[in-house]
Order: sequence, then structure tokens, then C-alpha cells
Amino acid sequence: MFNRDRWREILEVLTSNVWRTIFTAFGVCWGIFILIVLLAAGKGLENGIKQDFGDIATNTMFMWTRATTKPYEGLPKGRSFEFKISDVQAIQDNVPNMRYISPRNQLGGFRGTNNVVRGIRTGAYNVYGDYPEIINQDPMTVTSGRFLNFNDIQDKRKVAIIGQGVKNDLYDKDEEVLGTYIKIQGVNFMVIGTYKKNDSGGGEEGQKEIFVPFTAFSQAFNRGENVGWMAITAKDGSSISQLKDKIIKVMKERHKVHPEDTRAIGYFDLYEQYNRVESLFGALKGVAYIVGIMVLLSGIIGVSNIMLIVVKERTKEIGIRRALGEQPWSIKKQILMESIFLTIISGMVGIIFGSLVIYGINSLLDSVGPVDMFMNPSVSVGVVSGALLILMISGLLAGFIPAQSAIRVRPIEALRTE
Amino acid sequence: MIEIKDLHKSYKMGSNSLHVLKGINFTVEDGELVAIMGSSGSGKSTLLNILGMLDGADSGEYTLDGVPIKNLSETKAAEYRNKFLGFVFQSFNLINYKSALENVALPLYYQKVPRKERQEKAMQYLDRVGLKPWANHLPSELSGGQKQRVAIARAMAAEPKVLLADEPTGALDSTTSYEVMDLIQKINDDGNTILVVTHEEDIAHMCKRIVHLKDGIIVEDKKIEQVRAGQYV
Repeated sequence: MFNRDRWREILEVLTSNVWRTIFTAFGVCWGIFILIVLLAAGKGLENGIKQDFGDIATNTMFMWTRATTKPYEGLPKGRSFEFKISDVQAIQDNVPNMRYISPRNQLGGFRGTNNVVRGIRTGAYNVYGDYPEIINQDPMTVTSGRFLNFNDIQDKRKVAIIGQGVKNDLYDKDEEVLGTYIKIQGVNFMVIGTYKKNDSGGGEEGQKEIFVPFTAFSQAFNRGENVGWMAITAKDGSSISQLKDKIIKVMKERHKVHPEDTRAIGYFDLYEQYNRVESLFGALKGVAYIVGIMVLLSGIIGVSNIMLIVVKERTKEIGIRRALGEQPWSIKKQILMESIFLTIISGMVGIIFGSLVIYGINSLLDSVGPVDMFMNPSVSVGVVSGALLILMISGLLAGFIPAQSAIRVRPIEALRTE
Repeated sequence: MIEIKDLHKSYKMGSNSLHVLKGINFTVEDGELVAIMGSSGSGKSTLLNILGMLDGADSGEYTLDGVPIKNLSETKAAEYRNKFLGFVFQSFNLINYKSALENVALPLYYQKVPRKERQEKAMQYLDRVGLKPWANHLPSELSGGQKQRVAIARAMAAEPKVLLADEPTGALDSTTSYEVMDLIQKINDDGNTILVVTHEEDIAHMCKRIVHLKDGIIVEDKKIEQVRAGQYV
């Protein structure tokens, strides 16, 4: 392989007709360039879309109750029911691989009336009664103070963590926030922390939320044992979409809902949505590969053609070599190596150009600021090495027919060629 | 060294076949210098090609240095050619993008001789044909006689058992022809077996034995008094 004479010969052959080599190389170069750029564009789109999912734990479902639609065990249809706090333990006991089960209660909501008062200022915010684990499912950055903890739950402390947006509405710019009180539907809560969600976490609305301990919420707003809805996250490695049915079954049993009543319990499977997006990008990637490889293919046919011509030109030389006792496979190897070498070198040039273009787009994006649905187009090292592998195989394929034709000519006929 | 029994060869030319060799029997001893003569179409080149394993015979036996040559695969044939035979062609057949030295070193490369040793040996053979100063010249920079001398050095470099020369002087003027023959005689003096195909009388008489071919059979096979080429140079 690393034979000086062989390499000298490869270079000799490829540089003997420089322009022809360059034009041939261009085909392969162009193919791999297209492949790289398409993959990077796909990745950019993917990054842009996935950013909208933010840091939310994607292996998550949300579940709430609705009115039943079937009578069951003597209960009428149209009956409304609510999850109870004990349901959390029931799911934990009956369904394996649960990571977080957060029961939640909520006040306010979309275009709700003003429900929070501080001095002379008021505002309408979403107020959640939550367990501390919610921060893992709906990530936020605590900018001052602290988030909820289990002591807050235990002692039913009336404390609150407010969003950046709430703070801006209810407080002056330099005012101390921690330790002050806000009145939520007439009940005083002490502010113990502020948070900020990143841009994708619900936008403007995401900054206007207030989190208080679940137990304190239930007591203060008369929810008793009721649970508004639940956010359930499965452990990594098992999918919530598969565990979903089991969870709902447990809930139906506990709340005397007909097993075939599909409307009584509502849910939103985030993981399924996420997977749908994932498979969309999988398909996009597939298309990029197909288009790229098709373009590459025409380049490879070009290489194959040129190698055939090279073999034809060198027929006599090959005859001489064989008369001198060169083994047929050695000639074949020579042709194959020339082909692979040409393909890989031109492919590398294509990869370099592709990377430069991606780099250019990235710095353009950096300078004009973020663009909707497109972000940080890139190709991974894996893709590049995959491309190199494709090139290696293509070079081999391109050289195969010419190499075969080189040794098919009998030495005596090859010698006769003038 | 070479033993041939009842060798036949015919070529298919469309629907009719052309019977070129019609039963050749002949033996070459170690150290002989044999001229194969004949007009064009007599089958002398075909015979040489078969002897050189570049072409296969239809029937008959061919033994080279005790090894039967029959139904060789291309790989085996290449190996035997490299080990047993050296070729000198009328049109020199040097590889034109390789220097004289590299051309001579080529058969050694196929024998997998290490690079350094290969170059030393090739230089030695170039020296023997008197072309050491031209070692790094390309064939295009050499005269016809010089090219043929490089070709002879190349043929000898692998230390073959038999040297096969197909019209080695065919493309040269008489003075350079005699120079080349002088070289061939000297190589023969060292004990090498050489077969020369030629249609020139004077060249043939510089060998030790003349085999006349006509229409595919040997019509005459005689030992002769060798004319030394050295006296003309």
C-alpha cells in the first residue's frame, strides 16, 4: 500500500493530463459538496425546529380528566371526576420506569382576569401548584432565591417563585423582590425566588408564571385532594408512548371509568409529537443522502470513464509490464488505487468547500441574528467519515470495470498495440 | 534448457483457421545462441511468443528448464516470465515516463527486491551495457541503439534462464545493429542462453546456430561458425 514506486506512478498517471483529471475530479467534488450542504441544511432546519421544544423533557405526557361518555358500574355517563393526589402513588406502584410524576393545579390561564395583587399593582398570571420536580420537566433558570423544595410541600408554606415577566409588572426596576409578599386571589404568598425561561419556553407567556407549593395551593384555594392534571415523564430508555396505555388503565380502574371509554381521560403525548418531528427529519436526511449520492454517482461514472480511457492509453505499457512478469492482480490493484485516490482527493476538496460554505452561512446567521426555523447548520464528524466511506466505495466501484478490462487484454495483444 | 515436441498452433481468422505452426520439434541446450530465421508469415514470431509464454500452443509439449509449460493461469505465467525469461523487442518497449534506471529495475520490482538493492543491481546492469551516465535519462532522450541496450539490460536484470529477442536490430541501422549484437554475444559468452528472431542474414550469422522456419515447419537447423560482431564496431 505505502509503496513509493506505486504512489509515484499514481501521481505520474494523474498528472500526465492535468485538465482532464481536474474535470473528472470536479464531478465527484460536486457530488460530495451537494451531499454535505444538503445534510447541513437539513440539520439547520432540524436545529431550528427542535429549539422550539426547548429543554422540556420530551419523554413526557400530560394527562387530565374529562366527562365520562359511557355508563359503568351503575354510574351514569356524562359524569365528571377528578384525579386525586393518591393517584400519583398508584401510578408509581403500578407502572414501571416512571421518572417524574408531577400532579399540578392551576389558577388563571389564557386571558384570565387579574388575580394577583401587590400594593396598587395588579396582573393576570398563571399560578401553578407544583411539586419541586416540575423544574426537571419544564426547565427554567432560577435567577435569584431558590425554587420550591419538599419542606415547602411538607409544611404547606405559602411561598412563591415568580417569573421575570411578573417581576417586571409588579416591581420597580431596582426593588428587592425576595421576602416581599404578593396577594394571589386574596391570599398572601412570600416571594422566595425568581426564574427565567429561555426564549423557546413559551415565549412572553412563559415568563409570566407563578409557582407555589402544591399542598399550599390546595389548601389556600380549596382544592382538597384534587389534582388538575399531571405531567408524567418516563425514565430514559423507555418511551412514555408505550407506557401511556398502562397509566390510563390504572386511572380508569381507580375512577370507575368504563375500560373502553376513550374520551374520559385526555392526554397529550409530547414524545409522540417529538418523534413525529424526529422521523420527519429522518426522512429529510434520507432525501439529502439520496440526492447527494445520485449526484455523486454521475461523478463516479465520470471517473470510471476516464479510468477506462487511461487503461486504453496504457494498453501497451500494461502489455510490457506483463511481459516483464507483473502479476495481473498487481495491475488491477494499481488501477483501483488510482481510481480510489482520485475519488478521495476530489471528495476531500468537495468536503472542504462544503464546510467553507457552511461556515460562511453560520457566520452570516451570527451577524444578522437568529432566523425562524433555521439555526446552526452543521455536519458531524460521523457524517464526514460516512462521506469518506462512500467515496472509498465509489472509487473502488469506479475503478473496478477499468481494472478488469486492463487485465482482460492478453499481453501479446497489448504488446501489438501501437 | 528448452525442449519442444510436436508444437501446433493455429489462429482463427473468421470462418477459416490459419495453421501457423505445424509440428515444431527442437531443443536448445544451455548457453546456446540460436537465430530463428524465416520470411514473414513463417511462424517465427508465433514460436517466440509461445516460448515466451505470451501465447499458448494448441498441442505439443514445451518444457523450460525441466518445468512443463502447459495450461498456465495468467498469474503463474507472469511468475514464470519474470523468473525464467527476459524479453527484447524490436520496438524496445521501454516505459516512456520512467528513466532508464527505473526501466531496468522494473522486473526486480516485480520480484519484490527491496528498493535500494534493486537500484544498485539495475545500475550494475546499465553499467554493463555502457549506459551508466544515462541512468536518469528518459527513453525519449536516448538514441535507438541506447534504447535497445537499456531494453537488454532490463531483460538481463532479472537474471533469466533464457533471453528472447524479437528482431532486436529491426529498427536500427547496421552500425548500431552490430553494437547490439556485440552486446548479445558478450552476454552469451557469459553462459546465457539466447534466442534471436531475425530475418537478416548477417545478424543470423552472428549466432552459433540457425533454425530456418518455413510455412510453420523447421526446414533447416544447422550449427555455424560464429561471426564476431566486435570486428565491425
